[in-house]
Amino acid sequence: MTGTVTAERTQSQATPVRRRPVRGHGVATPYLFLLPYGVLFIGFMVIPAAYGIWISLHDYDYLLPHQPWVGLQNYTDLFKSGTRDSADFWNSMKATGIFTLFSVPFLVVLPLGIALLLNRAFPGRTFFRAVFFTPYVLGVAVVSVLFRFLLDPNIGVVNTYLHHLGVARNIPWTTQLPWAWVSLVGMTVWWTLGFNAIIYLAGLQDIPRELYEAADVDGATNWDKFRHVTLPGLRPVMVFVITLTILASANMFGQALLVTNGAPANQTRTAIMEIGQVGLRQYRQGAAAAMSYILAVVLILISLINFRLLRNRGEA
Amino acid sequence: MNPLDTPLTRRGFLGTVGALGGALALAACGGKSTPPGTGGATGAAAGGASYSGPAVKLAFWNGWTGADGDFAKQMVDQFNKANPNVQVQMNVYQWADFFQKLPAAVQSGNGPDVSVMHIDDIPTQAAQQVIVPIDEIAKALNLSGSQFAPAVWNGGMYNDKRYGIPIDVHNLGLFYNQDLFDKAGISAPPTNESEYLDALDKLKSKGIQGSWVSPFQFTGGFMFQSLLWQFGGDLYNSDNTQATWDSDAGVKALQWMVDLVNKGYSPKNVGQDADYLALKNSKNAMNWQGIWQVNDVNKLTSPKIGLAPLPKIGSQGGVWGNSHQFVLPRNGSNDSNKQAAARYFIHWFTQHEAEWAQSAKVPAETSLQQSPEFTKLTDLKPFAQEVPDVHFPPAVAGIGDATGKLYDAIQAAVLGKSDPAGALHSSANTATGILSSNKKKYG
Repeated sequence: MTGTVTAERTQSQATPVRRRPVRGHGVATPYLFLLPYGVLFIGFMVIPAAYGIWISLHDYDYLLPHQPWVGLQNYTDLFKSGTRDSADFWNSMKATGIFTLFSVPFLVVLPLGIALLLNRAFPGRTFFRAVFFTPYVLGVAVVSVLFRFLLDPNIGVVNTYLHHLGVARNIPWTTQLPWAWVSLVGMTVWWTLGFNAIIYLAGLQDIPRELYEAADVDGATNWDKFRHVTLPGLRPVMVFVITLTILASANMFGQALLVTNGAPANQTRTAIMEIGQVGLRQYRQGAAAAMSYILAVVLILISLINFRLLRNRGEA
Repeated sequence: MNPLDTPLTRRGFLGTVGALGGALALAACGGKSTPPGTGGATGAAAGGASYSGPAVKLAFWNGWTGADGDFAKQMVDQFNKANPNVQVQMNVYQWADFFQKLPAAVQSGNGPDVSVMHIDDIPTQAAQQVIVPIDEIAKALNLSGSQFAPAVWNGGMYNDKRYGIPIDVHNLGLFYNQDLFDKAGISAPPTNESEYLDALDKLKSKGIQGSWVSPFQFTGGFMFQSLLWQFGGDLYNSDNTQATWDSDAGVKALQWMVDLVNKGYSPKNVGQDADYLALKNSKNAMNWQGIWQVNDVNKLTSPKIGLAPLPKIGSQGGVWGNSHQFVLPRNGSNDSNKQAAARYFIHWFTQHEAEWAQSAKVPAETSLQQSPEFTKLTDLKPFAQEVPDVHFPPAVAGIGDATGKLYDAIQAAVLGKSDPAGALHSSANTATGILSSNKKKYG
């Protein structure tokens, strides 16, 4: 491959002088550049995803000699009440939905505010940029174990201080609703908001300065500038951030596993936890694959709606 | 080396075995460059009583993430020193990850050469052919059922073949905070219900919630099972086709736990591990905790944590317990030397069972429980005393799927989400369904 690329480059360097002055590269060049990613994408995404459909049509346990064909039963069972997984699965889908619903708005809005602040010129700006990004470099296990002890209902630091301040006693941060969701959403926002803020920051720096100058000339207020220059300028970035955040939230796993372990009564057990449990601990990969596909279809639909909504607003 | 007749002589023989092992190892050193195949894998035939093949490296996987892992590492080092031609490399994974990694690794031919698991995981892994039968090792070690508690011995069996060589029993005991006991004027750890409640009242009068109830498997799930047996119930019926934890005994057991919370002997909403941490922080006075924490509490300078057998709340003894057993993962490489060396390693480790007890375990062999090596570990005595009352998880493939439903029910009840009887009843129904679908799957 290296040889081909070198050959292409030599050729393309030579071409402008000799034959085709406009064309800067060979026919295959873009595809060759895409090839390394393509190999990974096909090898680790497309093929496993297609194979997953096949798995979901069997009573699959990769360790057993026979994988009985069950057709669509793994799917139909999930839609039939009283079957082994349906209640747990939909309960976990609901948990994932609740988490996504409450975490995404915070993770879209708060980082934008922080990015706007960090985009202004003030002493110590770089320091604060680092401060907001720092939690993101921590692993999920580190963050989760940390918060589990901070938030312990009876021996946690947070409740101890709240008690001393006379605010409240023994709030069940990790064992009762809605507190468990407050904890999970709060820690996830603290943990990942730096990432979205950095993306917004990059987006803000791409908005041409002249637009703000022109707005100043027209006598626009700060709010006008935010509403009519900043937000439209950030629209593509916003679509990216929202899509990515929804997908990331829908894949929430580690925090719930470690902080609440599904408490109370599996109400914070997310879809990914359930799929992992069924597929990897109960060795029923067929049922787990079917659940994954249902989750994937839901996420695809949400992403499509998301794209459509934001695009339409752009056209309006 | 012939297998020795009785465990007693075997123990006396330990030194000799070690010396012989060393000698064999030295002899084998000269043959290090022997190409594989030419060195005799006689150990396999002998069930691992010795190993005289060429030098090999063994991968040993387990889930000992706590202090017992450090101790196992020391024993592995000791083995490696004594046997230069069998070098064991130990890898530790969280038990939860362990059963995702091990089957996948075995399936792809990259599995370890030797491993350890709990009684209740053996049937599932045996049914899936992640591990292979090792009857001949048991034969070479001259092990027989009479040397073990029946559940420990039978727990290593699946479909009439032996897959596990038991090395320990680990069960619950009563961990109590001596400082708080002194403060409340409690002279001795409670042994029955009235003493337990009396102690709790004394503690309560000093403003101490004396028995924190965890809504999680560790340790609420284990506490429930102990109580269930004490009240005369059991998890499953005799042929393991039906979950029976919603019996009167079960409801009584769970109600008893919930009452501890309702009556203020335990705070509400105890978090994961908080019951145990609070014991060490002198906020909780009594914890039904596993023997594996003994070395951890002994590290504390203050407070002093006392150890006692579980109190008998019900009419009979009942204590949750489990057992670690050595297993041989199916070997993709089919290297007979490695397999022979792995057998030898299991053989060696089993003969050092009394040493392994220092990692805070009760030796699996009943005779070793009386041995001087073990009885000098006085902290572990209360746990060994309980062994006749210990119940083990049933050895049925996929049993964890069903018992998991019980832990959900316990959590729902302890957190006040549902009433004990209702939670137990619906979870037992679900679990019975799981048992029958697992039976269909694993046969």
